[in-house]
Parts: sequence; structure tokens; C-alpha cells
Amino acid sequence: MLKNDPLKRVLYIDLSSKKFWIEERRDLFEKYIGGTGVASALLEEECPKEIDPQDPKNPIILAVGPSTGLFPIVSKTVSMFLSPHNKLLGESHAGGRSAVALRLAGYGAVIIRGKSNIPVYLVIDSNGVKFRDARALWGLSVSETGRFIREREKGSGLRSILRIGRAGETGVTYSCVVTETYRHFGRLGLGALFGYKKLKAIVIEGGKKALPVTDRKLYKETYDDILTRLRENPSLKKYYELGTAVNIIPLNMLGALPTRNLKETRFEKAENICGEYFAENLLGRRLACAHCPMACIHIAALRTPYEDEPYFYKTTFISYDYEPIYATGSMIGVGSAEGVLRLLDSIDNYGFDVMSTGVVLAWTTEAFEKGLINEEHTLGLEPKFGDVETYLKMLFHLANQSNEFYTALARGVDFTSQKYGGEDFALAFGGNEMSGYHTGYGIHITHLTGSRHSHLDSAGYSYDQKTKLKELDIHKLVEKLFKEEAYRQVLSSAICCFFGRSVFDFETLARMFSLSGFGYEAKDLEKLGQDILIRKYHFKKARNFAPSKLRIPRRIFETISPHGKLDEKVLKTAVKLYEEMIEKRGGGACK
Amino acid sequence: MATGRLKVLDPDRCVGCQLCMFACQRRTGQAGLAESAIHVRSRGGLSRGLTVIVCRACEDPPCLAVCPTGALIKRKGGGVVLAAKKCIGCGFCREACPLNAIFWNDETQKPVICMHCGYCAEYCPHQVIALEEAA
Ligand code: SF4
Ligand code: SF4
Repeated sequence: MLKNDPLKRVLYIDLSSKKFWIEERRDLFEKYIGGTGVASALLEEECPKEIDPQDPKNPIILAVGPSTGLFPIVSKTVSMFLSPHNKLLGESHAGGRSAVALRLAGYGAVIIRGKSNIPVYLVIDSNGVKFRDARALWGLSVSETGRFIREREKGSGLRSILRIGRAGETGVTYSCVVTETYRHFGRLGLGALFGYKKLKAIVIEGGKKALPVTDRKLYKETYDDILTRLRENPSLKKYYELGTAVNIIPLNMLGALPTRNLKETRFEKAENICGEYFAENLLGRRLACAHCPMACIHIAALRTPYEDEPYFYKTTFISYDYEPIYATGSMIGVGSAEGVLRLLDSIDNYGFDVMSTGVVLAWTTEAFEKGLINEEHTLGLEPKFGDVETYLKMLFHLANQSNEFYTALARGVDFTSQKYGGEDFALAFGGNEMSGYHTGYGIHITHLTGSRHSHLDSAGYSYDQKTKLKELDIHKLVEKLFKEEAYRQVLSSAICCFFGRSVFDFETLARMFSLSGFGYEAKDLEKLGQDILIRKYHFKKARNFAPSKLRIPRRIFETISPHGKLDEKVLKTAVKLYEEMIEKRGGGACK
Repeated sequence: MATGRLKVLDPDRCVGCQLCMFACQRRTGQAGLAESAIHVRSRGGLSRGLTVIVCRACEDPPCLAVCPTGALIKRKGGGVVLAAKKCIGCGFCREACPLNAIFWNDETQKPVICMHCGYCAEYCPHQVIALEEAA
């Protein structure tokens, strides 16, 4: 890497002693590039084996990569930690402005250790860190927190404000960290870890720095080439026109849209909550992450009247995407876009991960239908699929963990169903609630084997949609998913937004890295991707994880998918194959 | 030197992608933002929309009037050109601009001022900015 590239600077912050220092970790970046590669190495260094996620020793690691600030759509920040939700590898990526801000503040990574005695927020700039009293912000919603900090701190345009809401403060294990109001470190509970540490928010102020490149002319040419390919790629068009919500109708038609806790896969009101409906009736604005030509962030303007005064309205801006619509729409039977938006607004302001929350509400509704729980548990509420008002009230209890039942529910459906029953329809994999796809074998192999148990790990849903049941070869599928996830480790080390993946093949990535003085060739990157994936597997294995040991909710074998009724044996064989494969390729002996 | 001027046509179309800001820096061949003469920020939270801040190429530039060393020279077509050698980095010009459109390079301690080359406009995906040719 280049001598004068600030990427090598790692900012260490200790919340217990309120100290910070900077170390040059050129070694790490040269070996692992940045993002997921560097963060997973740092997690190994920082996180002791035997701790509980609540332990102050559980680190928060943020990392960006060499191409951030150099190339378009390379604007995501990786976070890593021991997950409060499944007690395994916590990893979550967010768009927004944080990646470019960190890079331009002159850091490649940040490590947050310890625990503060009082609520604080941090201001990170090129000089280091300021610790600010956040006692007056504790208890505030995500948007209020943002509003106060925005006015108090400088740097508008180049800064990023990461914050938690009530759910993070009380330690809901699937609470998220919100950045720039509309983007999230969503999955696996980074919000709870902020809460444990009494860390309400982080402001990152990017400076107006120059970033070095090896060859100025080649840099401009490479930039123009990538930008042109991003703009001309037909598969990317959908992201900026209707946004990811464009997928609602096709998945519904396919019979793959989880509906009413996956009792069904077609939602009769899909047309009321689809991307087209939102765009035509509610879309108020489109936004982009820093340094990204896609502008895939779709914001709805929701006008609601005040009931106590005529002709008195407020307009709220709420972002929507495919997954949030699945989670607060079909999955809980809500068939109105306005209902979806009201739920999303509340979920965002408490700071919950939306996918887990939708699945939690869906499970609760079914458990209530079946009599596993009653009004005593729910504090008098009677959840019914489609009942937005009741769900809004439940979100309050969930964020505040109002009684024993809601405290259990604040740990997700895996935990709650162990206590109250209903495991067969508790739709979580590896402790993480399911994403919005019941497309076939591929997606559930991804859910079970992916290092984050997230649909984005290896995108099995995409293979499902391309493969007919007749053509299904489980060996090939497992091999493909492994390769895909290994490749994505390199993408997320750069760290590119996955939406751009059709443009960022290994050759292109190698070219980009070479402009920052990295001597990788495509085949080295391929190998590195596998190594990173295997390191993450080790982290989990050392914490008693094995894919073949995971609970598989029966519901996915009962509800027909586009691949027909899924066969438990086939799925288990696939998971076993995956396990054997990763073990053989280096996962065997723990380093 | 070109005599056109960069114009902000409609900031309400801006999506905040910042491609213009990074393009301006790339004129120098480098990455980052040190020499970027255009700035995009929210109007107090992204839900309120965005504002694009860049030199308007004034016919009678207030920045020029306050420069104590004559480092700012009137540009044909409006605005100013910086004669960096004469600039002592006092920052008066930055104070004088009512649009806050004069930026600062912390490393060189010199102002960063749009030269109305139009390079950024070529990258704006939404026709927010454009180079207008001189009449
Ligand atoms: S016109 Fe040229 S100098 Fe002015 S902001 Fe655009 S790229 Fe920069
Ligand atoms: S390139 Fe255009 S849309 Fe993007 S930030 Fe600049 S003015 Fe706004």
C-alpha cells in the first residue's frame, strides 16, 4: 500500500478510561485489504473466547477499505463484534456517509473497547476523539437524537451520525444502529452492544483530505470505466428506479413471499405494498449514499392528520425497501402501504432491526392464535395478522421490555419459542430471523450456512430463481454458494456495496486495489476471500458452532416453495456437505 | 481559459450522491476531497433535501475586493482566479463570500475556488448542475 495512505491508521477508543490512541497497522491492511478482511482479523485479536456479548471486553470494530473515497459505490462500513443476538459472529454493513467520513477523517478502522459509566457520544475527527456527555439524550428516539447532535456538531455534508434508540438502550438483542436517518447497521444486534456500553451515538467528521493514488492518469481512466459500467448495467436499473421494492410482485407471483409467518407464500394484498404502488403514491424523494450514482434510497412522504385539530397535518419521511416491506407487510399480514410506513417509522425510531422485528411479531401473532400465549403475556393486547394499531403498541412494550414475556421476545424467536413453545414456526436460522424469501433450497442453505445467517451472505434466493427443481444438483449448489460467499468477502473488504457486484469481478477489484499500491492479482483475491470466510467460520466454531447442529424450523418444510415441498433430508444433506467442504478447505483445525 | 460558468439549475433534484465533489478533486488526478470546490450537504437532515454550494461567478466578486495581496484576479466570464504564489492564506476571501462558496485546503492553507471548468457537471446523474457557455 502507499506510504502516505492514511488507511493504515487504526483508532483505538477505550470507553472505560475515556482514552484514545492511534496505531499504524500497515501489516493488517496489506494482508487483508480492509473492511471484512481487516475487521475479522481485529475481532480475533480483540475478542476473548469465553466472554458473553455483554462483557465490556466485547469490542465494536468498524472498518473501511482502500477504494473507499476513490471509487463510486465503494461506500459501506463494516462493523464486527460478538453478536448480542446469536452470540456468534456479529457482522453488519451500512451505507450512508460513514465510510467516506471515516476514510476522509484519516482512518482505516476503529476499535471501541470497554464500557462508559455514563451515557456518552463520541465525536471522531482527524485529530482523534472527543467524549461528550449523552445523559440528556438517553431515552430519545433515533430521529430526535440525530436532530440534537446535528445542531450541536459541525461538519455537515462530510459527517455521519450513528445512533441508537430505545431498543438499543434496553439491550433488545436485535436492535440496530441507524446512520443518516435512513441506513442501518441492521442485523445481529450492534445496537444492543452500543447500549451495553452506554454509547448513544458516534459522529464521524470527515476532513477534506486528498487520498493518494499510484498513477493519476490511470486512476481517472479506471474511475470512468467503472462508472460507465455501473451506469450501463441493465441489472442495476431497477435499484434506482423503483428501488429494491420492485421485487415484491415478482416474488409474490413466484409464490416465494413469506406471508403471515410463512403459513403462505402469496399475499393477496401484495399490490397495495409493492414498489410500483409506493413509487406512484408515496415516493417523496430519492437519495444516495456518499459517492454513489445509484440513489437507491427511496423515501416515502407520509402525511398524517392530527386527530385533535382539523386541517392540521404532519409529514414524515420514511425509507422503504424490499426487506422492510416484507417484514412489516406480508409477513404480518399488513396490506396497506400507509400501515407499513407507520410501522417502519416506529421500528426505525426505536432502533430495531426490521427483519427480526417482523418475524418476532409474526411468531407472536401465531403463538397467540394457537393459545401458547395469552393477554397476560401481551399485557392485554390481542395481536392479529394485519392489525397495525396493536403491533404499534407491541413495539413500545418490546423496546421497553415491559414484562417477562416482552423481555424474552426482545431476544428473538429462537429464545422465546424455547421458553413458550412454538419452535416449529419460529422462523430463525442460526438465531437470526429469516429474510423475505422462501424461494427454495438455496435460500435456506444460505440462512443456515452463511457466516451471518443473512440472505446476503451467499444469496441462495438468487440461485433458486435461476434454477428449476429438475435441474437442482445439491453438490453444485453448495459449491456455488460457498464460492459466492468467498467472493463477497473480497467485495466487503474493499468495501463495495453488493448492488454493484456485477461490475466488480476479481480483475476489476485487483485493478482498483493496485491504484492504492496493492499488488494483488485476481487469483490472489480469490484465495483471500476463502481465507477470510474460513477465519469467520473459525470464530464461530470456537464458540461451539456447527452448521449441522442448527435447528431448522419445521414450517419451511410445510409451506410449498417454488421448488415444491422442501425435503428435510435434502436440506440437511446440503448443510452437511457445506460443513465438510469448509472443514476440508481449512476450517478443520482451529488456528 | 474557458469563460463559461457553472450553474446550479435545480438543487431539488439533487440526491446527495456527491459525485460532483469527488469529480472536482479528480481534476487534480488525486482522490479524496482536498481540492474540491463544490459542496453538497443536507438542509438539516436528509429528509429536508439538499443544497449545492459552489461559486456563482459574480460579476463584482466580494472576495476579490477584500484580498490584501491581489492574489485573486478577475476572471473573464465572472468569478476569480487564484494566483497561489501571491496568496498568504489569510482567509479573508472565505469570510467575504456570502454563499460560503470558498473552501479551504488545510494542507496548503490556501482557498479552494471553483474555476468553472464544468468537469463536475459531466458526472452529475440528475442534471442539477451545468456549465453555461458565456453569452
Ligand atoms: S466547475 Fe470545475 S472547479 Fe468548479 S466545482 Fe465543478 S469541477 Fe470544480
Ligand atoms: S452530482 Fe448532482 S445529484 Fe450528485 S450531489 Fe452533485 S449536484 Fe447532487
